[in-house]
Amino acid sequence: MGTTASQLGKDLLSEYQELTFLTKQEILLAHKRFTELLTKDEKDRPNIRISMGRILALPELKSNPFRKRICHVFSTSEHKDGSLTFEDFLDLLSAFSDSATLEIKSHYAFRIFDFDDDGTLDCGDLEKLVNCLTGETDDTRLTTEEMRQLIGNILEESDIDKDGTVNLSEFQHVISRSPDFVSSFKIVL
Amino acid sequence: MLNLTGDEDDVSTLQEGQERKRHRGRRKAGEREKKKRPRRNREASAAGEAKEEESQAQPQKGKRGRRRRERTEAEEAEGNQRGEEKHAKIKSGKAEKTRKNVRNEKTQKKDQEEEEEEKEEEAGGRNSKRKKRRASGKEEEKEEVESKHKEEDKDEADNEEIGVRPESLTAEELEKLKEAVDERKKLIQGLRGKPWPMKKKLVTLRESQEFVEKYEGALGKGKGRKLYAYKVMMNKKWMKFQRDFENFKTACIPWEMKIKEIESHFGSSVASYFLFLRWMYGINMILFGLTFGLVMVPEALMGRPYGSIPRKTVPRAEEASAMDFAVLWDFGGYAQYSVLFYGYYNNQRAIGWLKFRMPLSYFLVGVGTVAYSYMVVIRTMARNANDSGVGDDNSFNFSWKMFTSWDYLIGNPETADNKFASITTSFKEAILEEQESRKDDNIHLTRFLRVLANFLVLCCLAGSGYLIYFVVRRSQKFALDGLDTHSWWERNEVNMVMSLLGMFCPMLFDVISTLENYHPRVALQWQLGRIFALFLGNLYTFIIALMDEINLKREEEKIVKFNITMWEASLYNGTVSENSTALPITIQPADVPRGPCWETMVGQEFVRLIISDTMTTYITLLIGDFLRAVLVRFLNYCWCWDLEAGFPSYSEFDVSGNVLGLIFNQGMIWMGAFYAPCLPALNVLRLHVSMYLQCWAVMCCNVPQERVFKASGSNNFYMAMLLVILFLSTLPAIYTIVTIPPSFDCGPFSGKKRMFDVIQETLESDFPAWFSKVFSYASNPGLVLPFMLLMVLAIYYLQSTSKSYKEANVELKKKLQTVTQNQIAVFPVLLSPLTTTLIALLEKNNESFSHI
Repeated sequence: MGTTASQLGKDLLSEYQELTFLTKQEILLAHKRFTELLTKDEKDRPNIRISMGRILALPELKSNPFRKRICHVFSTSEHKDGSLTFEDFLDLLSAFSDSATLEIKSHYAFRIFDFDDDGTLDCGDLEKLVNCLTGETDDTRLTTEEMRQLIGNILEESDIDKDGTVNLSEFQHVISRSPDFVSSFKIVL
Repeated sequence: MLNLTGDEDDVSTLQEGQERKRHRGRRKAGEREKKKRPRRNREASAAGEAKEEESQAQPQKGKRGRRRRERTEAEEAEGNQRGEEKHAKIKSGKAEKTRKNVRNEKTQKKDQEEEEEEKEEEAGGRNSKRKKRRASGKEEEKEEVESKHKEEDKDEADNEEIGVRPESLTAEELEKLKEAVDERKKLIQGLRGKPWPMKKKLVTLRESQEFVEKYEGALGKGKGRKLYAYKVMMNKKWMKFQRDFENFKTACIPWEMKIKEIESHFGSSVASYFLFLRWMYGINMILFGLTFGLVMVPEALMGRPYGSIPRKTVPRAEEASAMDFAVLWDFGGYAQYSVLFYGYYNNQRAIGWLKFRMPLSYFLVGVGTVAYSYMVVIRTMARNANDSGVGDDNSFNFSWKMFTSWDYLIGNPETADNKFASITTSFKEAILEEQESRKDDNIHLTRFLRVLANFLVLCCLAGSGYLIYFVVRRSQKFALDGLDTHSWWERNEVNMVMSLLGMFCPMLFDVISTLENYHPRVALQWQLGRIFALFLGNLYTFIIALMDEINLKREEEKIVKFNITMWEASLYNGTVSENSTALPITIQPADVPRGPCWETMVGQEFVRLIISDTMTTYITLLIGDFLRAVLVRFLNYCWCWDLEAGFPSYSEFDVSGNVLGLIFNQGMIWMGAFYAPCLPALNVLRLHVSMYLQCWAVMCCNVPQERVFKASGSNNFYMAMLLVILFLSTLPAIYTIVTIPPSFDCGPFSGKKRMFDVIQETLESDFPAWFSKVFSYASNPGLVLPFMLLMVLAIYYLQSTSKSYKEANVELKKKLQTVTQNQIAVFPVLLSPLTTTLIALLEKNNESFSHI
């Protein structure tokens, strides 16, 4: 623990506190968990990226159906491989933290659900979303007819300007009224 | 007019050259102009930057400058504005011209004027620059993609731009600078709420901090400057302190890691129980602090010591067994005659060298704990309501199911599987409900079964009520006979019966509710309602029985009082007749006969109830969960069917049942705390142990729930129950305090007619006369009634306002729909900003609504 604290540096730590919704303890814990994922020789290099595979092995993300999307959204990698630096990792934790605002949570939720990264949730995105939520096994999966009906209902409710897709402001409008979005959109280490 | 502006443009190119020359000349001229030079520099760089960045904000810049001149040259200004509109259409590159245009006119003026003008213009320029930054910031938010190089370039330009020495600034510029600094500060604060990658945030933060640091100290002049610097420094220190304090506070929150672990295993609903438990613990800590610090400790330290007066001494008859464990466990003997119970307290008005007003303190703490609890519960409810907004809105049923049903806290594959299944079911159910409400073919049978089930439940409730009443009455008879003649069971019958009923009746209800064939959610509500009724019924029968007992004791008290006078008289008579010199009679306090002291009896009953309740909870936990888990786990190797998957299986964590238990336990605390100051302490202990025991039990022997319920939706439901219980439990306590006269020989209010007379007494003797006069006027019905009327009116007003907000809400929603339907074909472009504003309006409305 002592080594991790010294590695982070006091200034950087306070800057991270300023820029995220995390407390000092949480940042230190995040750093500890992050360095645990690194191999020996990687530890010395600054700004190291951890590949998506290793991030997904974290127990907090292991059983999350959106884990790959989460990595992609928070990754700043140029190769779009979903790998995370420590700062990306902090961004992730900050957005999923307890004290993050509804606005930022809904923003990231939208991007997580936007599977093709085109800025709107269209039918394809929604279908993928439903499939993620119902799990991989065949017995829980919805039939095509059910799927069609479900997506139709969703679009009817949330697509206010009737353009066939759900955009960010519509999404935020829907989410902001939900009683338990903020309490369930959380990941803690 | 247009022509004029066109001419001006032409001229401007010419003028520009002149300006440049002059500029250079000035630089050479040196000394006198030294002040201005840096500003010039900045202007130049600003202009350079303007070229770099093409943005709509540019025309704005010109506008600003021109607005200033409007004061002196109205006509020209008008023309310029027109011209400017033209400029706005012509995009980048023109911006420079606008700038020159401004300067161009300047040259026509006198030198002094020019200087002033420049400053103004400059300030305006900076101002608009900031605007631009803001605008571009917004763009960034939208686009999300922006090369970092550009950003950095801009920052550098900024830094150059304001490379000014603070001494040379005038008041107005200072003002601007201050604004700029404040702006940056705001930016820094809002930075964490921006969905940018960390790198960008870091760069912006550092740059802004640098800016702030550089110019913050520069603000203010002379003496004021020092003060300002000092203030800034203190501010910084204060911020740092606050952050450290925040860190400290989060470090102080107990059981954070434990709860997080549970959260990741079982999802947020199980964790919500533990959060509730922790919250309860916090409240009880404060109640405990109040009673312990203001009642128990002063009495123990400053009051008369044990054995000094009869009420503080164990009577002679009980002395032999007063230290027996069985008696102590029953809170008799030495425990009964201690600070733990009401009867021990003396009615001396002021105790110790502090002149501590003991009876008053006792009374106020009793009232204060209740008032504090009300405040906390209501405040929490209000906050929950605010957080969740208007939760009963059903218009986004499907979308919520879709977008918010996953619980990101789940980290356990098994829970995740359950969650998948439950989400699928909920989807399918919703679709089915949407398609058509299913037709129930055998509606008569269902109805009959439901009626039958309710009848059975009612029978259960009535039976349990009668059983408790019966048992309490029987125990009174036992108590009259003396405790020694009865077995352990007979002594603890009341508590055991109550606990057993609380344990088995819910199971019975569960079985009965299978008859009803309700939807699981509805079934859960019924179940909760029934358990609530059961607990409440039990509690109230207990109280009614207790009331009977109080009345009995008061009868007894009368007899004892009479006997005591007889006894005293006989004592005096005896001594007087034997010794005529009348020696002072010394009687041991233990020998003095005394009344039954019903208050202590009530306190004892509650303490016993709490203890037995706690014990049953723990034992059920150990047997029902732990033992079952052990048996299932190890017998599974040699059993004929699969125990883990089949019948007994592992138990689930029963969130609602546990929360209900907690709530009722708290109700008993509130009820009994006035007569037994030790109750909050006991409860704190109980909750503390519960926390560890249940955390352990849930992690080691429970399986994730099959139906994972939402946590937050029920939060306020639990709070509402708590409020109801709080109200119901304060009722009997207040009733006894107000209507029943206190015992004559025990407790802090002995000798008074009513307990609240202590207030009167204090008012009369400790406050000046006018105060009690004012008080008596204030409590006059003539004043109280109008005041109450006013309150009712205020409530009515608030309610009607909230209703109107609600209506406005519906109206807005309708408007939103019509707008989207009608205009979609006509103005497709206009639509999205319109809907956005409407949505914003709706949200704002909602917010104000939920505040009410």
